[in-house]
Amino acid sequence: MDVIQQAYVVESRELLQMMEDNLLQMEGDGGDPDTINAVFRAAHTIKGGAGVIDCKFIVEFTHVLENVLDEMRAGAITADPELIEVLLACSDQLSTLIGCVESDSEPDDDVNKISLSLREKLQRYLGKAAATSLDVALSEGKVQFSGGGEMETDNWHISLRFGPDVLRKGMDPASFLRYLMELGKIIHLTTLPDAMPDAVDMDAESCYLGFEISYQSDADKSRIESVFDFVRDDCVVQIWPPHSKLADFISSIEALPEDTMRLGEILIRSGALTQHELDLALNTQSDREEDATATPKIGDVLVNQGAVTADVVEAAAVKQGRVAEKKTLESQLIRVQAAKLDQLIDLVGEMVIASAGANMLARKSGETALVETTSVISMLVEQIRDSALQLRMVQIGDTFSRFQRVVHDTSRELGKDIELVISGSEAELDKSVVEKLGDPLMHLVRNALDHGIESPQVRAACGKPARGTLRLNAYHESGSIVIEIIDDGAGMNREKILNKARERELIGPNQTLTDSEIYSLIFEPGFSTADKITNISGRGVGLDVVKRNITALRGSVDVESHEGRGSTFRIRLPLTLAIIDGFLVGVGKASYVIPLGTVVECIELSEKDRAETLNRKYINLRGEVLPFVRMREQFEVAEPGGKRENIVVVQYGGQKIGLVVDELMGEFQTVIKPLGSIFKHIKGIGGSTILGSGDVALILDVQSLVALATMQQNRTQAA
Amino acid sequence: MKRQRKTAISEDMTIYNAAAQKQMLLDVLADCDELDIDLSQVGEMDTAGFQILLLTKRAALKENKTVRLSAHSKAVTELLDLYNMASYFGDPMVIMASEHADVGKSKSGQSAA
Repeated sequence: MDVIQQAYVVESRELLQMMEDNLLQMEGDGGDPDTINAVFRAAHTIKGGAGVIDCKFIVEFTHVLENVLDEMRAGAITADPELIEVLLACSDQLSTLIGCVESDSEPDDDVNKISLSLREKLQRYLGKAAATSLDVALSEGKVQFSGGGEMETDNWHISLRFGPDVLRKGMDPASFLRYLMELGKIIHLTTLPDAMPDAVDMDAESCYLGFEISYQSDADKSRIESVFDFVRDDCVVQIWPPHSKLADFISSIEALPEDTMRLGEILIRSGALTQHELDLALNTQSDREEDATATPKIGDVLVNQGAVTADVVEAAAVKQGRVAEKKTLESQLIRVQAAKLDQLIDLVGEMVIASAGANMLARKSGETALVETTSVISMLVEQIRDSALQLRMVQIGDTFSRFQRVVHDTSRELGKDIELVISGSEAELDKSVVEKLGDPLMHLVRNALDHGIESPQVRAACGKPARGTLRLNAYHESGSIVIEIIDDGAGMNREKILNKARERELIGPNQTLTDSEIYSLIFEPGFSTADKITNISGRGVGLDVVKRNITALRGSVDVESHEGRGSTFRIRLPLTLAIIDGFLVGVGKASYVIPLGTVVECIELSEKDRAETLNRKYINLRGEVLPFVRMREQFEVAEPGGKRENIVVVQYGGQKIGLVVDELMGEFQTVIKPLGSIFKHIKGIGGSTILGSGDVALILDVQSLVALATMQQNRTQAA
Repeated sequence: MKRQRKTAISEDMTIYNAAAQKQMLLDVLADCDELDIDLSQVGEMDTAGFQILLLTKRAALKENKTVRLSAHSKAVTELLDLYNMASYFGDPMVIMASEHADVGKSKSGQSAA
């Protein structure tokens, strides 16, 4: 796959996503002209791009789709749910076809079969539209000229709009035209000085000219294009080969700054179009204008011979303004390969380590100036790190809105009426996290759709609105992002889960559990309370996988449920996987890093407490019971500690525990290095990092330590 | 009574002189109703120079004044032909311009009177 194809695939995927979103919106509100236009544009651009990379199967397929959409724009076809289903299927099919481009293969028979059947379905709509249209002939004309019409001329047509700076840069439009004459013959040329302002504002050194050229040449398009290579950045060059698609041509003209009417005349004069072609094209166009009165028919204009009404100028100016606005917005974004960013983050990570090392040496040396310099450097490094990480941050909204389609399809399949409400979509998290979040999220959403929300009949019987609501919500909380999947369905039956758990001997017959513990049981492998298995969920494989995936991301998932009112699944994830702010502590000779986001406070473990806590595992923290874990015992550190011990109070998922350590060493920026798979079973350790001194420090996995301490405490209490 | 003026451009009409020539031509134009610009001394003309002529002509048309180009040098004729703009100026080279491809070859540098 070459670069152009690659770019095409990426762009098309985005367009398809946009198309799908708009189609779903259309289903909701019947489709306003803007939405229909957006879908049409997406299809149109995909087709155009496919033409460029010479991908026939996409052009063919999209062509029919485009025609139908065009009729929808014209109002000849209305968007009923059935049609939208077909269009959604088409967008899926396009995605498959683009997949073929990506894998550099031709679509196989199955794919072709689907293409064919979809095209037939679309064709039926086109047929219908033609039959119902009052003026059949005109409508056929429209169809033909919206995509299939060809320009009658044998000549190339070249549109040039030189930028203001070309002269100052020492390039003269005349020399390009002369060069062009070497490659072929200029049949007709029109100079457009319209852009030149009045004498006062006119800068003698700026170029204001545009040209419309009818051109005869045997050279191919890229050869002709190469004439303008030097001036590419400063000149709008558009080249249409002989017999170009009329619709493309007209739409490009509309995009040019000059008034469409005037250009139309110029084009007739230069022989690019015949009057007949232009009439048809412009008539079709003004038919589609929402406010037909704003654009006079070409006939009127021809009578007035160039006397352009103020309305048109205004409309054109507005259009132009909009185009300019969009351009600036587009140029504010840069596409960067993810791998390059990853490399940058890696380097920044190394820099963080190196600067920590330099910092330490400086402090050891005791030279004030050196210490100061290094501390400035580490401050800068910190900022670089933050901005580098920021680069990879993406809003979660895109991930969320992908579920519109899932909810739409699944609820249809299940015969339920479910609405997806999205909030907090501007919450940001690392791209790598987002990528891995898709699967678990999908699982939870399907689970909620299938098991959570009841059928409309059942809901009505319970006195709930027939339409169920699934909410996706995201927000930031103490260095992590929380994602909630909330349904207003039946909720979970506590007893049912309990019975099931006893049946499967996950818990003892007499064991008492808190509500949250009971609900957590559903994350056990093979646990399903579904009475019947559907093809969507309920096979009992699932929630345990969700939990495993989330845990692998250093996150957690829990559930809260109220019978009859619905359930809330809450996923908690770190914002990034690469670097964290850590709190460095010492136990014996070794150092450990606690993620700073989880640290609440540090207190000294007093002599009295030390004596008291030899046998119990909790202290009294301002009247609160605080269970703790002695790191020395947890990691079996042999060397005796110093005289003093400290407690670092950490919090995770609303639970507070203390970690007893020897020494507090302060904040420390940490690049997380994964531990080898040998160590993956060690509880309480999440990774490792390299200190400035070159020593390795282990990063504590606060989540599992909290779980451990809470369990210990519960055991003690039960005993 | 119409005020007539005649001016000659004595230097090349290129980007280097464009700003000065623009001012000069506009000043002269402001002072008269009919302006005759002698282009016989223009040894070289580029797009910036062309734009100055265009601007002068347009400004004149706006105020119902007349601008005539006369004694086009070879450089001027060639550029006007290339840009197919001779007819816009409406001076006695219209006929040649419409067939510029042939005329361009047969012509020996002198503009037709």
